[in-house]
Amino acid sequence: MYRVGIDVGGTNTDAVVLKGNEVLAGIKASTTEDVTSGVFEALEQVIAASGIDRARIGAVMIGTTHFTNAVIERRHLDPVAAIRLGLPSGAGLPPMVDWPEDIREMVGNHGYQVKGGYEFDGRVLSPLDEDEIRRIAGEIRAKGIRAASVTGVFSGVNDTMELRTRDILLEECPGLSVVLSRDIGRHGLLARESAAIMNASLLRLADKTVQAFGHALEQAGVKAPFFITQNDGTLMAADTVRAFPVLTFASGPTNSMRGAAFLTGLKEAIVVDVGGTTSDVGALSHGFPRQASTSVDIGGVRTNFRMPDVFSIGLGGGSLVKGTTESVVIGPQSVGYRVRQEALVFGGQTLTATDIAVATGKAEIGDAALLESLDPKLVAAAADRMTEMFETCVERARISAEPVPVIAVGGGSVLMPDQIGDLKVIRPENFAVANAVGAAIAQISGETDRIFSLTDGVTRDSALAEAEAEARAQAIAAGAVAETIEVIEREDMPLAYLPGNATRIHVKVVGEMGALAEMEVENA
Amino acid sequence: MPDTRELTYDPADLWELTLDDLEALEVGAGILGTGGGGNPYQGKLLTREAMKAGYKMTILATEKIADDALCMSIGGIGAPVVGTERIREGREGLRCLQGMEELTGRKMDAIVCEEIGGANSMNPLVTAALGGLPVLDCDGMGRAFPEMQMTTFSIYGHSSTPSVMCDLHGNRVVFQHAVSEVFHERMARACVVAQGGAAMLATAPMPASFVRQNAIPQSYTKAIRLGRAVLDARRNGDDPVATVCALEGGRHVFTGKITDLKRHLRGGFAVGDLELGGFDDFQGQTASIAIQNEFLIFRREGEVEVTVPDLIIVLDVDTGYPITTEMLRYGQRIAVLAVPCHDLLRSARALDVVGPAAFGYPEIPFAPLAPLGQAA
Repeated sequence: MYRVGIDVGGTNTDAVVLKGNEVLAGIKASTTEDVTSGVFEALEQVIAASGIDRARIGAVMIGTTHFTNAVIERRHLDPVAAIRLGLPSGAGLPPMVDWPEDIREMVGNHGYQVKGGYEFDGRVLSPLDEDEIRRIAGEIRAKGIRAASVTGVFSGVNDTMELRTRDILLEECPGLSVVLSRDIGRHGLLARESAAIMNASLLRLADKTVQAFGHALEQAGVKAPFFITQNDGTLMAADTVRAFPVLTFASGPTNSMRGAAFLTGLKEAIVVDVGGTTSDVGALSHGFPRQASTSVDIGGVRTNFRMPDVFSIGLGGGSLVKGTTESVVIGPQSVGYRVRQEALVFGGQTLTATDIAVATGKAEIGDAALLESLDPKLVAAAADRMTEMFETCVERARISAEPVPVIAVGGGSVLMPDQIGDLKVIRPENFAVANAVGAAIAQISGETDRIFSLTDGVTRDSALAEAEAEARAQAIAAGAVAETIEVIEREDMPLAYLPGNATRIHVKVVGEMGALAEMEVENA
Repeated sequence: MPDTRELTYDPADLWELTLDDLEALEVGAGILGTGGGGNPYQGKLLTREAMKAGYKMTILATEKIADDALCMSIGGIGAPVVGTERIREGREGLRCLQGMEELTGRKMDAIVCEEIGGANSMNPLVTAALGGLPVLDCDGMGRAFPEMQMTTFSIYGHSSTPSVMCDLHGNRVVFQHAVSEVFHERMARACVVAQGGAAMLATAPMPASFVRQNAIPQSYTKAIRLGRAVLDARRNGDDPVATVCALEGGRHVFTGKITDLKRHLRGGFAVGDLELGGFDDFQGQTASIAIQNEFLIFRREGEVEVTVPDLIIVLDVDTGYPITTEMLRYGQRIAVLAVPCHDLLRSARALDVVGPAAFGYPEIPFAPLAPLGQAA
């Protein structure tokens, strides 16, 4: 059996075939607007390049930055009615209060604050104002909004009002997509609410995208199950993504960093993944992406997902180059996947970062002759600006004064210089498809997050052990090999003022996919 | 209501905060929170929204106000973990101010910060701005502490009742008289649970002469400067941990990964222990930190090295951003810093209230950290 890893980026769709730990083939195809044909093309190419029998593909792992890019570029976001249940709590801080203006406008700026919510112990904060919900439903109908998010204060303690609100909304607006905050994130209202709103704004795109993946596999005659990688680098079943696209946020960076570590064997390094639209920068520590300990911004919006400490800058192969020699501006707008039609070097009409790389002789793609009319001063200024942008972001990701290598991966990494300050830049074999490699080696997770009562002989240790056993069983049921499972998160948080010594315990484990073990046996 | 009194300060002495100052204060106050005091982020948002609505946030040097001016200290009370979910309504502090003016029949002249560490750095700004008053450049802790009697005001003899406590529902409670500061704390704590775990509390007004003598000086100046230095260090790629040490006369006592985190409840407080495994210069060493809302006791290989009221500060090892006790996670990589506290917290009188014994460690004597450059 083989594993196929596919990475659907803004510009390219990459695919690899792995047999055990060996990369048999890696290819790049163009991402297409319909997604399906690009993924189909990538599958066909990689199957051909590796010469494998498609019936023996055991699993397909797909990583996609589709949803992250939608937020960063403010594209394909649907308007959302963002309903918060909690007045008078939070009256001074309306929904999306800490969002950048442009994305707030994009999702329609329809924030509603309604009486409702609970206190920390489950008491009612304010009775739910059902008339107000119905009035808002009327507005939703009148405005033609198709998605809503509902966030109740302390919905992690009691979700009754969130559920009731959904029922009323569906009664009044049949067909409305409703996202409840209790399904999305953790404790911490603003960040959970923001994640729920973003999730709602991405639902239509998610549905379309997952369908497109399914069609592509079908067309290519691949019957294996497909999984999609989530923000911690582990896999979720494709259907889950339809409901929770935000869980894929930052999975791209995780995949490329895991792929970069896998391809180089390096454990300590800075990884720069240059795509078509953005570059993602992060640091490897002990072979894993360093986790952010503070909250993570996606497109300027604060969320409370646990994610790698990676940040994006709007510089990629397709980044638009604008302005004059004196004030050249690169990105964040990008021609994205259309770089092979729109960049000057491919006969297009748009000046992009790729054109600058070719004009300065750093890259040899397309037809350099098409760039002869470019002002050399502008080219030099743009090249300097790009180097400066890379230097700044590498410095930001750097852990210490110790010189660590920089691993350049991603299709756009031709834009990177060979040396950044005192740091050497390494491009491993298969660098262009590191993301797909990272997706292919993604693991299966299991998770327990629930409240234990530490009474009747249940101790902290025994509860933690029970939670771990649950998480392990879940991971094994999802296809993980027992011997490879390890705990990656373990926390317990007593709930103040609650009787019965109630403690919230969260344990997450990861393990290798079972299919991998089978492959090892087969390959032996 | 009585007279419109003359200003007790020269408006030319006011320092009007900018949005940049608020960003810096968020970071600086977070660091001075020593793990507690709540995250200043939401407070910053409230302050920012008020600023956008045209309210002015002004700071006044403590020595620039008339001796007999009346200063009201204010702070949030309750569990930070409640506050991040059940966000404040926004005008609780103003209602406290109005309540206090009704109760005493006197107009207040300035607002004083109870606690510069954490979220309570922001609360006085919003209250003062809505009430048209300045905030004095000082506070009652110079860091964060979990209980109300732990202010230098209470320690040096100010009786904090009558006090006014307002919640987001609109309830207003007056504590007319408490026989001791600890009783006041106890009653307020019981009441805040009934109000849902978080409220604002204003304590009895103090004359400016008392504040001048007994407050930790220049808190806002210092917190904003500290925040700005960390933000600059981040931008310039300098080491933020070293920056904080240099500015605060502290030392970098440990770098390590969290290997275990135990938390339980004791009398309504989140108490716990953090176990650390060292790396970088501290490879092979182990350390631990005892927690009660704030970081209290730092031990290396089981030996006590730093104790409250000196400041034990935990920063993200790479970004230099402060990590509060709620944000701690298994596997996190952190730097531990120790910073000497202000002398007002080191007197015998202060140590009775904020020394190790006051937090349930009677066996541990307070061994003051020497300022950097002197023998430890």
